[in-house]
Amino acid sequence: MSSAEFYSLTVNGVEHQVADAWIGESLLYVLRERLGLPGAKGACEQGECGSCTVFVNGESVCSCLVMAASAVNCEIATVEGLNSDGTLTDVQEAFITEGAVQCGFCTPGLVMAVHHLLDQNHSPSELEVKEALSGNICRCTGYGRIFAAVDAVIASRNGVES
Amino acid sequence: MTITKTRRDVLGNSALRPDGAAKVRGDFSFTSDLNAENMLWGATLRSPHAHARIISIDYSEAWKITGVETIITADDVPGLPTYGLISQDQPVFARDIVRYMGEPIAAVAADHPETCRRALAAIKVEYELLPVLSEPEDAISGTVPAIHPDGNLIRHQRIVAGDVSATGPIVVEGTYDIGMQDQAFLGTEAALGFPDHDGHGVEVHVATQWLHEDQKQMAACLGLPENRVRLVLGGVGGAFGAREDISLQVHTALLALRTKRPVKMQYGREESFFGHVHRHPAKVWMRHHADQNGKLIKIEARFVFDGGAYASTSSAVLINGVTHTQGPYVCHNAIVDGYAVRTNNPPCGAMRGFGVVQACFAHEGQMDKIAAAAGIDPVTVRLINAMKTGDTLITGQTVESVAPVERLIRETNEIPLPAPLPDVVDELHLPGGSGITSERKHIRRGIGWGVSIKNIMYSEGFDDYSTARCTLKDGAVTLKFATSEVGQGFVTLAPQIARSVLGVDDVVCDTIDTNIGSAGSTSASRQTWMSGGAVDGACRLVRERLFEHVGAKYGVDPIRLIIDDTDIVDTVGTLRVSVHEATQGVTISEEFEHHHRPTEDLDENGQGNCHVAFAFVAHRAVVDVDPELGLVKVVQIATTQDVGKALNPLSVLGQIEGGIAQGLGLAVMEEIIVENGRVRNPSFTDYLLPTALDAPVVVARLVEEPDPQAPLGAKGVGEPPCISVTPAIVAAIRDAIGKDIPRCPVRPQDICL
Repeated sequence: MSSAEFYSLTVNGVEHQVADAWIGESLLYVLRERLGLPGAKGACEQGECGSCTVFVNGESVCSCLVMAASAVNCEIATVEGLNSDGTLTDVQEAFITEGAVQCGFCTPGLVMAVHHLLDQNHSPSELEVKEALSGNICRCTGYGRIFAAVDAVIASRNGVES
Repeated sequence: MTITKTRRDVLGNSALRPDGAAKVRGDFSFTSDLNAENMLWGATLRSPHAHARIISIDYSEAWKITGVETIITADDVPGLPTYGLISQDQPVFARDIVRYMGEPIAAVAADHPETCRRALAAIKVEYELLPVLSEPEDAISGTVPAIHPDGNLIRHQRIVAGDVSATGPIVVEGTYDIGMQDQAFLGTEAALGFPDHDGHGVEVHVATQWLHEDQKQMAACLGLPENRVRLVLGGVGGAFGAREDISLQVHTALLALRTKRPVKMQYGREESFFGHVHRHPAKVWMRHHADQNGKLIKIEARFVFDGGAYASTSSAVLINGVTHTQGPYVCHNAIVDGYAVRTNNPPCGAMRGFGVVQACFAHEGQMDKIAAAAGIDPVTVRLINAMKTGDTLITGQTVESVAPVERLIRETNEIPLPAPLPDVVDELHLPGGSGITSERKHIRRGIGWGVSIKNIMYSEGFDDYSTARCTLKDGAVTLKFATSEVGQGFVTLAPQIARSVLGVDDVVCDTIDTNIGSAGSTSASRQTWMSGGAVDGACRLVRERLFEHVGAKYGVDPIRLIIDDTDIVDTVGTLRVSVHEATQGVTISEEFEHHHRPTEDLDENGQGNCHVAFAFVAHRAVVDVDPELGLVKVVQIATTQDVGKALNPLSVLGQIEGGIAQGLGLAVMEEIIVENGRVRNPSFTDYLLPTALDAPVVVARLVEEPDPQAPLGAKGVGEPPCISVTPAIVAAIRDAIGKDIPRCPVRPQDICL
């Protein structure tokens, strides 16, 4: 199983050496089991549920479908990187206050997906929000409070009282 | 409904989750996130066949793989070889016979998940295939050999009520099929086991719904006393009934004890489909007799629940089904037969709604048929038959719960319908969505209704009590209970109770584990009532002692003291002291067990007070259908739910919206396809779950008529939302296309062929 080789991954701006890893490991596995970053969750292993959403060079990807070794020389961003200063982002705050969190397993992936959407589109329509989040499955909430959280962030960022 | 906030997070306020920040940051520890030094990974070898004899198992090649630490089989189970919630009929590992596809045969522990995978692939099992019992009717008829020593019939229950020869001018009948739904929680099964140093005990961190029931079943299989099997709740990524049964608990503990090292097991999605029970597929025949106005006279019914290979909770699901035959409607005459049977299909057990989903799908289809025959609309037929508090069920039980059925229907009917579909519309609003398959001109809109009654708590004489301890020290409260937090929010509610009763703001919940009495299961919509009652009771005992302490200190009769906001006040004097100040240097700790009133078994005619209490809900669905392509878009769900009292309105709304999405899934998307015992779609690619684009607009209203029997006035709110929304959606599809569709989920071919 072991290999004398190692490779480096840059996650949230920090370079990590991945040593003695099996070359077939997914980015999700390496983040969780080798780098101590369990924020991305595994729930389907097929890129269907979005629980493992991270950014690779700014693109939102399912880390279960990305080979870790293929992400060398990329900027990887995970949910853990959102709070480097210890405070919650507006998206995270809104998820809590609007009731968008129940079991929470989908939550880190959804928080990443919402950040990705709002970074690219400051005023998405209701339909654009739904389409952007349709790759992230939530089994608990029925999505209503998640939409409410996104609406609250959009209103706040655009200076509208929610 | 609107959500308002008050200053303190007491009962009735939408307090926010205490675990919310950890969950949004990704540092909440789900069980699958747990790790230990020197930890091994465990994995399970499963049968690829639905029914086969095991001729031989050859592990020799697997043992040769570097990193494999142990391989265990049925021979390595030191205690009871079987387990089960109601009857212990399910082997920890199959010994001679496998009875369903996915049944565990062996488990390995190794240094890496990939090593485990290779080891499993290297184990050679020789099978002799046996005939597959896949048709439930074959299990009832007795024409095929028993596939299990306990026989092929798990349970039969008859209900005979009133005049079984009664009839009326309107007679309608139908046979309804309900598909096998998966709970599909996102956080798959996971556990981390630590062996005790002496090898005679184990601590297991596990995602479960009922720690003490797991402990009991595990101890029996491990051959250990219960106090040497300690369970700690790991973070739970949803449950919905699927974590009520044992899955990997015994395997994890055995591997840890055998290797003397921490062992983690975690199912992938495919294994999760094979590793837990599902919602029972059912066939329900009903014949309703009514007078010319549509008022019910008699119901005849026959239920067949396919329990799959092992019993799990099938016998209880059956009782829930048959005892809810009439729905939330008055009917005095009935004859009902229900069967729960064993087949070589996947084992089925608890899922949100627990037998009532199947009954409701049938009785609501029947109510619409009665309406059509009587020439009245779906709302009228439900109003004229609506049950009220004090009415008698076909089991002879009086409905003592608040039963505001008429009000639920009327208030739902007052919710405005959605705007008509515009002539020019984005394809994402059309059935089929982004495939741009539907054309606007083909779309037909339909409206349908569903109303339901659901028992809450366990039934048939079972005392599903809950235990809690409250400790007040220096103005702060610590609550201890074994109530599984699976996402529903008891960790939010419990501190609200303590704040209300004790006038404190600083409340924390201790670790959820087996170091206190049982809380019962987080299921049957029961924890707000049961564990809520236990926390409330413990807090009240503490308050009594607090008043004694303050009374003695200030020379006031404790009976004159009350809590006013965060102060203790003498109601007829001048004393006012804050709870914070009054409890400095004081520790008061009390434990309380909450028991609901006793229930009874049913007799051979299905008569008896078998349920504790009931909750009700009404749903109205609006759908758009493309009749040519068989595609459906659920546009709006209007609902009014009987909640007793909304202790946390935001959490209630979350349960309503989440339950509706699951009911929508059963209506038009979700089904485990089983062919001759083989599961065809055990993945999220092939088992379709509602996404953000499938979510309808939900307009929810609450009816708050506090239930005098409930400790906090509140009924459970978890299950009702998912029950009658399914028949409402299917009724709306029937309304749109004018075709009888007797099954769910509704597939394209059911609409367009």
